[in-house]
Amino acid sequence: MATSYPPPRPRKKLRVATASLAGCFGCHMSLLDIDERLVDLLEEIELDASPLTDIKAVGPCDLALIEGGLCNAENVRVLRELRSHCRFLVAVGACAINGGLPAQRNHIDVRDCLQTVYLTGLGVSRGFIPNDPELPLPLDKVHPLHDVVKIDYFLPGCPPPADAIWQFLRDLIAGRTPQLGHGLIHYD
Amino acid sequence: MSLDLGAILAKHGNDPTRLLQILRDVHAADGLARPETITAIARALQLPRARVEGVAGFYSFLGTEPRGRFRVLFSDNIVDRLQGSVELRQRLLDAFQVGLGEVSRDGLVSIDVTSCTGLCDQGPAMLVNGRAIPRLTPARIGAISALIRGRSPVEEWPENMFRIDEHVLRRDLLLGTPFAPGEALSAAIDRGAARTIDELKRAGLRGRGGAGFSTATKWQACRDAPGPQRFVVCNADEGEPGTFKDRQLLAEHADLVFEGMTVAAHAVGAQRGFLYLRAEYPFLLPHLEAALEARRRAGLLGGEIRGVRGFAFDIEIHVGAGAYVCGEESALIESLEGKRGIPRNRPPYPVTHGYLQKPTVVNNVETLAAAALIARHGADWWRQRGTTQSSGTKLLSVSGDVARPGVYEYPLGVTVQQVLDDSGAGDVGAVQVGGPSGVLLSRHELGRRIAFEDVPSAGAFMVFDASRDVLEIVDDFAHFFAHESCGFCTPCRVGTTLMAQMTARLVAGKGTRRDVKDLSRVAGAMKSASHCGLGATAGNPVLDALEKFRPSFDRRVASREVLPTFDLDEALAPAREVTAREDAGAHFPEES
Amino acid sequence: MTDAFSLDGYDVPFTGGQTILQAALAARRYIPHLCYHPAFRPHGSCKVCTVKVNGRTVASCTTPARAGDEVESESPEIRDLRRNLVQFLFVEGNHFCPSCEQSGQCMLQAVAYDLGVTRLHYTQMFPDRPIDASHPEVLLDFNRCILCELCVRASAEVDGKSVFALSGRGIRKHLIVNAESGRLADTNLAVTDAAVSVCPVGVILRKRRGFAAPIGQRRYDPKPIRAMDEPADGEEG
Repeated sequence: MATSYPPPRPRKKLRVATASLAGCFGCHMSLLDIDERLVDLLEEIELDASPLTDIKAVGPCDLALIEGGLCNAENVRVLRELRSHCRFLVAVGACAINGGLPAQRNHIDVRDCLQTVYLTGLGVSRGFIPNDPELPLPLDKVHPLHDVVKIDYFLPGCPPPADAIWQFLRDLIAGRTPQLGHGLIHYD
Repeated sequence: MSLDLGAILAKHGNDPTRLLQILRDVHAADGLARPETITAIARALQLPRARVEGVAGFYSFLGTEPRGRFRVLFSDNIVDRLQGSVELRQRLLDAFQVGLGEVSRDGLVSIDVTSCTGLCDQGPAMLVNGRAIPRLTPARIGAISALIRGRSPVEEWPENMFRIDEHVLRRDLLLGTPFAPGEALSAAIDRGAARTIDELKRAGLRGRGGAGFSTATKWQACRDAPGPQRFVVCNADEGEPGTFKDRQLLAEHADLVFEGMTVAAHAVGAQRGFLYLRAEYPFLLPHLEAALEARRRAGLLGGEIRGVRGFAFDIEIHVGAGAYVCGEESALIESLEGKRGIPRNRPPYPVTHGYLQKPTVVNNVETLAAAALIARHGADWWRQRGTTQSSGTKLLSVSGDVARPGVYEYPLGVTVQQVLDDSGAGDVGAVQVGGPSGVLLSRHELGRRIAFEDVPSAGAFMVFDASRDVLEIVDDFAHFFAHESCGFCTPCRVGTTLMAQMTARLVAGKGTRRDVKDLSRVAGAMKSASHCGLGATAGNPVLDALEKFRPSFDRRVASREVLPTFDLDEALAPAREVTAREDAGAHFPEES
Repeated sequence: MTDAFSLDGYDVPFTGGQTILQAALAARRYIPHLCYHPAFRPHGSCKVCTVKVNGRTVASCTTPARAGDEVESESPEIRDLRRNLVQFLFVEGNHFCPSCEQSGQCMLQAVAYDLGVTRLHYTQMFPDRPIDASHPEVLLDFNRCILCELCVRASAEVDGKSVFALSGRGIRKHLIVNAESGRLADTNLAVTDAAVSVCPVGVILRKRRGFAAPIGQRRYDPKPIRAMDEPADGEEG
C-alpha cells in the first residue's frame, strides 16, 4: 500500500537577536570564534537586531543572546524591548549573569563616582558632569539581567568559550535543554 | 558615664567564662565596647583580642558602635505592631528628628527596634537602657521624650513606668498547687536520685521548651556520664516571640524553679547550676537574687543541703545580651562559657559534653518547675492531666487579638478553640502556636489540640483576627529570623535574609510569582540543611502561610512573573541629583 | 570484617570515629564540600556536604558513619539542595571570578562547576567589604569570604596565633583580624603561616603571586574536582 507522506516542511530558521549592554563585546567576539561553524549556524538561524547586523530595532524573535549587565537606563530599556519581542532570553557571560566587572563599582556611591571623574579627579580642570538628555543616566548599582526581566537561560564565562556557545546553540536549535559539561562551564 | 574596667574585671575574677557578663558591665558603664577596652579585656583574660571583639559583635545589646546616652529599643514583635508600636515609634523618632537605627546629632538618644521583649500581654513595649517599659501610649511616649530631653537618668524615672503586671487567667496543677520551699527537695532526697528519675519517667514529663524531649532520659544520661563534675542549667532565655510564661513563672514562682534545679542537681549529681536569664528581663534580677539568697539562708542551697552529706549545690544567674539563638541549649552553653552563641555540632550532646565539656542538664524554666512538683506529688498526680503522650499541663502565653491576654495553664490536649473562647478572641483569622518557629493555624483548624502529638507549643499563642494580613505577620517573622540567625551555617545565614527580602517585596506589592516560588525553595533548603532548630524552623511561617493562606499571597502578587527586584526610578535618583536632570529620559515613567 | 555503609548504592568501609564524609573521601567517593579540610576537625558550617541518611538530611562531615546506613548523595534532590546552598554563597558575597587571582584554584568555583551551577537564581546582596592591603606580603579580599573558618582554625590550631576570628552575626557575620586597628599589618601573621595557604577561595592572597598558573594549568583546570586526589588544600599550584 502506498503511503503518502506530507512534503517536508521548509525548515524555519530561528530568528535571533543579540545585544551588548554593559559589556565589552567579548562575548560577541567569542560567538564569532566558533569560526567555520558560523556557516552551519547560519543555516539554522537568522539574525535580527544585533551589533553584527547593525539592525537597531528588534522585531519578533525566537531568541536573544544578551551580553553585559545593566549599568544605565538605556541598558534597561533595551533589555525590556528584547524581553517583549523574544520568546527566550539568554544571559550570556559573567556581566549578564552577575553584573561582572562593572558591578565592582557597586560599593561606590554613583554621585561620588561622577564627581570624581568629571569634577575633582586628578588632572580635571573646569570640568562638569555631562547632563545632555541624550546620555543615559547611570543606575545607582549595576545589576544582572535577571533582576529586571525573566531570563530563560544562562551561559556563563568571561567570555563563554566558543565551544560552549556552539554546544549551547546546537542544543537549543535541536530543542534540547542546553547541557554544558566540564570545561564548558566556567566563570572566567 | 565612667568606666572602671579594673573594678569590673576584678568583680568577675578575670574569668574568661564571665566575658559576656564583663562586656555587659562595660556597656552599662560606657555605652559601648571601645577598641582599647576590648584590647584591655583580652589582655586581662588572656584571650586573643579578636575573640573578645567577636563576642562583643555577636550580641544585640553589646557592640562596638556608639549609641545614644538613652538607647531606646522598641519591641518589634507582630503583636507589638498590632498594638500600634509602629506609630508610637514614629512619634518618638519625630520628637528627636532622628532616623530608625541612628544616634541623634547631640548623642542624646538612639532609637531602634529589637526582637520581642516578652511583654505581649502588656504591649507595646520598649527597653530604655536595658529597662523594660510596657503599655506604651502616645501620652507615655510624650512623657518619655520629656524625660530624655531633660536628661533625667533612667534610674530616676517614675517607677510606675516600669511596672510589669502578671496576668494569670487560668491556673491548674503548676500554678494552682501550693508549694513550700524545700518540700520537693525533701521528697526527692527521701525517694533517692534513681527513683526520682524513675518518677519523672513515669510522669512522662517532656521538655517544655519546644523539642519535647523526655526529661527523665536527659537526667539519666547526665547521671550516667562519667566524671566527677556536673552542671544543671535553667534555660530562661525566653526569646520565642509571643512567649512570656517563663517571665510569669520566674516572677511569681522563682522558688519552685530553683527547687526544680536543685532536685535535678540531686538526681544527676551536679554541684553548680546556672540560670541563663534573657537580657530583656532585667526587672526580674533583684527578685531572683533575693530568692537565691533566701534559699541559701534556708539551707536549700550551698553545702550539705537538707543535711545530706556531700550534696552541695549553688546557682548563679547569667544574663544574656540579646540573642534568640541562645535559647538553643548548646548555644546557651557556649554563651555561658563567655563565647559567641553558636550551636555546637552534635553528637556529643550536652548531657555528656556540656558546660566546659562536662555533663550538663539544660532544662526550660517550666520543665524544672514541673519536675519539682512531680518530685513532691508524684507521677500519678501529674498524669491526672493531659493525654497519654502529653502528660500534665502547659502554660500558654496568650496575646494578640483577644480580650484577655495573659498566661493560661491548661491540661495538654486542650483545643485551640477552648483557649480562644476563654481568652475572648473574636473573629479569628489565624493563630500562631508556639511562636514563629511553631505552627500557623488557619480558622479551619481551631479544633486541633495543643499536645506533642498534634500541635506542640513552647508556650506562645498569638491570635490574629480576620482583618489581619497574614503576609504582614509572616514578613515580621521573616525579619525576626534574619535578625536572629547566628550566621554559622549557610542555609540559615543567607536563607533567612533572602526570605525577609522576598516577604518585604510581597508586602510592598512588588513581589512576583517567582518570589513565591523562591520562598518555598529557600524555606525548604533551610529546613533540610540548617545546623540547628532556628534555621530548621525559620521557614515554618512561610511554608504554613503558603499552604493555608495562599490567597493572601496571590492577591498581592503582581501579574507579571518577574518585576524588577529594585525600584528603577529610584535607582536613577543619585545620577539625577548630580546632573540636575529632570527630562523624560531621566526617569522610568511607568515606575514612578 | 570491617564496618560499611552504603553511599548511593556503593559500599563504603569505615573505621571507628570516621564521619560519613571522611569515610567517603577515603574510599574515593566524592561528596562536595567547602568548609571541611582533612587537617582539621569537621566544622559543619557550609552544609554543602549534606546527604540523606535513612531519609533524614544531615551534614556528612560531622555525622558519624554507622554500619548499615543508607546514604544518598548524588540524587537530584540532594544535588539541587547543594546547588541552592552554593547559590546562597554566591549572592551573599561579591564573587567576580574574571578578576579573581584564585579563579581556577577556587574550591567554591570548582564545586559550583561540579553541580552545574549556571545562574545565581537570587538577588545579589552586593555587600560593601573593603579589602585590607596593609600587610606587606598578604592581601585580604573579604568580598570572597564564605565564612568556612579554615583560616580561623589554622591560625589557632596550627600557627598558634589566632590572627583570624569572626564577629557580627547572621548575614553581617564577618572575618576580623587580631588587632586593635583592625588591620592585618598590625597582627603577627607571617606569610608562611598555615592560615595563609588554607583559604579555599580568594580571600587570603600572597602579594605578587597572582595569576601565577596560566589558564589550563590551574588546579581545577585539568579535571573536575570530584576526579581529583584528596586532600586539596589551599596551597597554590
